[in-house]
Amino acid sequence: MTAEAGETRAKGRPFWLALTAAASLASALVACGVGSFPSTPAETLRALMQAAGFTAGAPVDPSLAVVIVDIRLARVLLAWCAGAALSVAGCVFQGVLRNPLADAFTLGVSGGAAFGASLAIVSGLAGQAALTGDTALLPACALAGAMLALLLVLGLSRAGGGPLSGLRRETLVLAGIVVSTFLAALISLLKSLDEESVASIVFWIMGSFQGRGFEHLRLVWPYLLVGFGLALWRARELDLLALGETQARLLGLDAGRSRLWLLFAASLLSGAAVAVSGVIGFVGLVAPHLLRLVLGAGHRTLLPASALFGGLLVVWSDVAARTILPGGAELPVGVVTALIGGPFFCLLLARKPLRPLRPLRGALRGSGGGE
Amino acid sequence: MSAPLLEARGLACGYGGADVLRGVDLRLARGELAALLGPNGSGKTTLLMALAGLLPPRSGSVQLAGRDLRSLAPKERARRVSCVPQRLEAPEGFSVRELVRLGRFARTGLFGGYSQDDLDAAEAAMAETGCLDLAERLAAELSGGEYQRVLLARALCQGRELLLLDEPTSALDLARRVEALDLLARLNRAGSTTLLALHDLNLAALYCPRLIFLKAGRVALDGPTRDVFTEENLREIYGADIRVAPHPVTGAPQAHLVPGGAAAVLG
Repeated sequence: MTAEAGETRAKGRPFWLALTAAASLASALVACGVGSFPSTPAETLRALMQAAGFTAGAPVDPSLAVVIVDIRLARVLLAWCAGAALSVAGCVFQGVLRNPLADAFTLGVSGGAAFGASLAIVSGLAGQAALTGDTALLPACALAGAMLALLLVLGLSRAGGGPLSGLRRETLVLAGIVVSTFLAALISLLKSLDEESVASIVFWIMGSFQGRGFEHLRLVWPYLLVGFGLALWRARELDLLALGETQARLLGLDAGRSRLWLLFAASLLSGAAVAVSGVIGFVGLVAPHLLRLVLGAGHRTLLPASALFGGLLVVWSDVAARTILPGGAELPVGVVTALIGGPFFCLLLARKPLRPLRPLRGALRGSGGGE
Repeated sequence: MSAPLLEARGLACGYGGADVLRGVDLRLARGELAALLGPNGSGKTTLLMALAGLLPPRSGSVQLAGRDLRSLAPKERARRVSCVPQRLEAPEGFSVRELVRLGRFARTGLFGGYSQDDLDAAEAAMAETGCLDLAERLAAELSGGEYQRVLLARALCQGRELLLLDEPTSALDLARRVEALDLLARLNRAGSTTLLALHDLNLAALYCPRLIFLKAGRVALDGPTRDVFTEENLREIYGADIRVAPHPVTGAPQAHLVPGGAAAVLG
């Protein structure tokens, strides 16, 4: 018997991964063609090739090419990155906290990032450039806000003194809701104190890609790169953490250090996503849960698949956000993800009873919170 | 005599306030097969967790081949000590094969990928423990006994130098229980050093040449089975009237309870 014999699901994985990648690419291409000056996918592809320096087929109308590349492509790329980041962050939060309801949104991490960014703008810390949101300090402040919110939520929910692995899932989400509601109120307060600075409160609370482009992508790509890199590097450790503290440590994992790195990676990803797009909910819950049903719980496949699918989800949500209203008005993209994500998540709940990733009830309970 | 593979000296540890272990001295030579026995709450599980390096000593030390366990990196420790704790619940979404392969984590490189050696070790461990036909099943959907075999497979996949097993047969039915202990005896003859926490006195006496009895966090008795498995000792440790008679096939001493025996001793 060889090691590979009979691994039906494992064999199906490259197929599903390739399918998700293809769908993700195709979605981006189609999305670049949707808008007030529509283009066919073939035209879009030609315009993109042209911009990259390849000439193939008939040249595209220059003004259409500008719309496709400078406006839509930038926006689609940004939406894709934000979706991928939120989805991977959700997957990591769920794994590390062993809590199926954990994600940047429910944990209040996104709210923290939005508050950090708004505070930077209002306080003038980020300087004049902050008025348009184009400053390198913005993602850093969002990251700081994300991490502080995470610490606050973890602190609140372990008020009983249990180790991370013993956190009750209801407590955690409850603390997340408290913190994000509070932060949303603070953002409203900042906004009313200084009408000029915070461009739009809806932007921070419901998320939007309106008027966002390459300069925003340029601001956050290092954060995204480091976040994705860290998460993928430690993907196998997420598998071990899913077994619980005792088993993970018996198998040789430095569980405390591993959790810190992974939470840092997830904070980086959420902070970066929020800094450029505001708070977009549900992506980090829907994408990983749907993929778990198909791919199983192994994170070395689940994380890249979550990135691809999360990107796709937000690209389409953004397309809906900018086309669904008549007369060119835009909906906040967070409204769309909530409209899709809410009912969809209910379907997932009904299909498979959402069992908690049960904590070990063995003798070690309460002994080794972190090393 | 060379240095013991595993040695605890004056080991004290616990979870909250009071110490569960109160000064345990124990030496395990390479190639031994020993059972850890004792009444409920005597500290069997705690001792195994401390010997596996999961529970830091409050005083005293644990040494693995002459090196303090705390000085070993987690991965290095896991390559040398395989441990199956008690009462574990299966994680969602992992197949048996994936779960067994996680035993190789301590041998994986920077990105956690498996080598061919790792994959082969997992298949071999599943074959030995009779888990191959379960390989594609989801671990969370197995019966308690099946899951216990899978955990044993993962421990073998992890390494065979030193096996610390906490009640490895508690959920198995009789035939599987004998199978599992036969396997452990075979592994022991092939060189694995094994320490088993067992509830079942007779099974321990039947398979293990050495018995270690814990009582109230200390080693109460430790020696060759034939010397320590006596009526007098068992009565003392368990507080019940126990008679010992030879096993009809192997001649190993076996304990038998007497109805009303607890009152006779305690009263």
